[in-house]
Amino acid sequence: MSELMTVGQAFQQGMREEMTRDETIFVLGTDLFIRGGHFAQVKGIGTEFGHDRVIDAPISEAAMVAAGVGAAMNGMRPVIDLNFMDFAFGAMDEIANQAAKSRYLWGKPLPLVIRASSGVALYAAQHNNSLEAWFMHTPGLVVVMPSNPADTKGILKSALRGEDPVIFFMHKRLTGARGEVGGPDDLVPIGKAVVARPGRHVTVIASGIVVQKALKSAELLAADGVDAEVIDLRSIFPLDTDLIAESVRKTGRAVVVTEEPPYASVASEIAASIQEDLFEYLDAPVTRLTAAHAPIPHAPQLMEALLPQVETVVGAIKRSIERWPSSGDV
Amino acid sequence: MNETQTVTECEDLIEIQLEGVALDELEEWLETMLVIREFEESLEPLTTSGNQIPGGVHQASGQEAVAVGAIRALEAGDLVASPHRPHHHALAKGMTPRVAMAELWGRTTGCAGGRGGTMHLNDFSLGYFGSNGIVGAPVGIAMGAALAAKLRKTGQVCVGFFGEGGANTGRTWESINFAAVQKLPLVAFCENNQYAVETFIGRSAALDGSIARRAAGFGLPSVQVDGQDVCAVYRATREARERAARGEGPSFIEAVTYRYRGHNTGEVANYREEREVERWRRTKDPIERLRRALENAGRLQAGRFDALAAKAKETVEDAIRFADESPTPDLETATLGVTALPFDPRGPAAR
Repeated sequence: MSELMTVGQAFQQGMREEMTRDETIFVLGTDLFIRGGHFAQVKGIGTEFGHDRVIDAPISEAAMVAAGVGAAMNGMRPVIDLNFMDFAFGAMDEIANQAAKSRYLWGKPLPLVIRASSGVALYAAQHNNSLEAWFMHTPGLVVVMPSNPADTKGILKSALRGEDPVIFFMHKRLTGARGEVGGPDDLVPIGKAVVARPGRHVTVIASGIVVQKALKSAELLAADGVDAEVIDLRSIFPLDTDLIAESVRKTGRAVVVTEEPPYASVASEIAASIQEDLFEYLDAPVTRLTAAHAPIPHAPQLMEALLPQVETVVGAIKRSIERWPSSGDV
Repeated sequence: MNETQTVTECEDLIEIQLEGVALDELEEWLETMLVIREFEESLEPLTTSGNQIPGGVHQASGQEAVAVGAIRALEAGDLVASPHRPHHHALAKGMTPRVAMAELWGRTTGCAGGRGGTMHLNDFSLGYFGSNGIVGAPVGIAMGAALAAKLRKTGQVCVGFFGEGGANTGRTWESINFAAVQKLPLVAFCENNQYAVETFIGRSAALDGSIARRAAGFGLPSVQVDGQDVCAVYRATREARERAARGEGPSFIEAVTYRYRGHNTGEVANYREEREVERWRRTKDPIERLRRALENAGRLQAGRFDALAAKAKETVEDAIRFADESPTPDLETATLGVTALPFDPRGPAAR
């Protein structure tokens, strides 16, 4: 581990190290060369690697992802920067029908990273869609959602050394979050979750920025004698059902916290799989705490009102334990 | 009846000129066109009555000169991506009729092991970057491959075929614009067979239905050629290829062609009159035109055409036998190869 850096800087450093290691890696997107992207995620890389490796594209999302698909088929490892994840709507066929199908239909591995800033923040409904369930639902795609600088850098490295199309979610409100990062060859495996806080009484499952809320909730619960275990998924797909199962078998309770709309969500999938696979271990129904089923509004108060907050998580867990007590609980 | 663009009042076969082509290669062109025609014509009963081919297919009978003229203008390492009507491209690029036929039948000996079918053919070792079920997609794949060719300095030129229907998708023009800006070694090849399923081009495109005129506004050389003249298609593609290889960027070619069969096998055509089809066959059939030109030039010995046609028939019959005798896929493989990373596929197959 090294000095503290932000999530944005960790991504930059990961890109720089990997582009130095592997000449087939390039990054393509809007406003990258000079500006370094809208979240400074590739700032400074342009002048270092030149216009052939840091390619500014017109605002043509379909062409950007198509460029990545075709270039990956022809020997490159593209990183396509879609700026905001919402802009994937303009390239959905290229992502879901071309990139995702290449390996299965054509036997052609497609090493491609599609990075975008995601999650709920300002600027209202059209810049704050949660697309993780859409991509998780699409066979052939890998979906990652790191929560800190070390995982951002380490997962990026795994993606750039793997064979799959990886949708790389970087939460807008995590851009400035600081932490230590690993060295040039410290990879964080994709498809492996991690226990962010060990505990005995309830498993709180989260990813991305929501991990911070889950950890704060665990602190408050601890004051009331509830020892919560927090799992940071890191990858949405493949989903680390092994670690979830290990934790839930121990705690007998599971709460899934996300900031996506509830129906057919990542949280729904996790809750269903826990109840299907671990029914006999559960002391209580699995709880989903998601955003409400509404577009994200402009006024910050309205926006926050739709999202699960620390108090929501704490309250839900306490109510669940009250209603379905078990001998193992306090 | 629709006003088709290039059928004149002429009632006889319209001659073509054997200029700018290597005469000793033309017999192979003719042979390939005959195999394509035979292949395509064999598919109707295999999909409609026998059900040997699951689902329907899109035949390219009548469009043989486009694939052969364009692909013979390329070098062996060049790349081609196709849309949903792809058999003529795949066969011209070197896929064997056996492998293509077996894929249509969903057999393990097919180019995708039976997973792909007609709209997902591929052979990357031949530079055939797949047929594609989504209208407008292949030019994007060819554009991306061209970006890699430029960055890796491979010298490859990439051809993305699409129809005039594909020319009405936004993504096609996003890719062409990007290729023009980046000077990518791309040939954006519009195979204008005039009907997008049932919609005549006059009802879907302005500028008198000229896609080439539309393309010119994107700042790349753009030509319209007679797609039923294999030599004209060759010359235009050769010029575009040379320009791309010199690093001068992409070109746009619109080949005006015609499909004799319906959009898909089993189609009942209520959108055009049989008279129109007959006139295209009589005046512009690409195989007959090349045959006539070769005969007039003394390059086709007596009886040779019939011999080639008989050989093509045998080749396709052999391909059908091969597909018929090939095994169907092992059911255990249905969930394999989705991603490189392991995952639980769930579903009934995993229980």
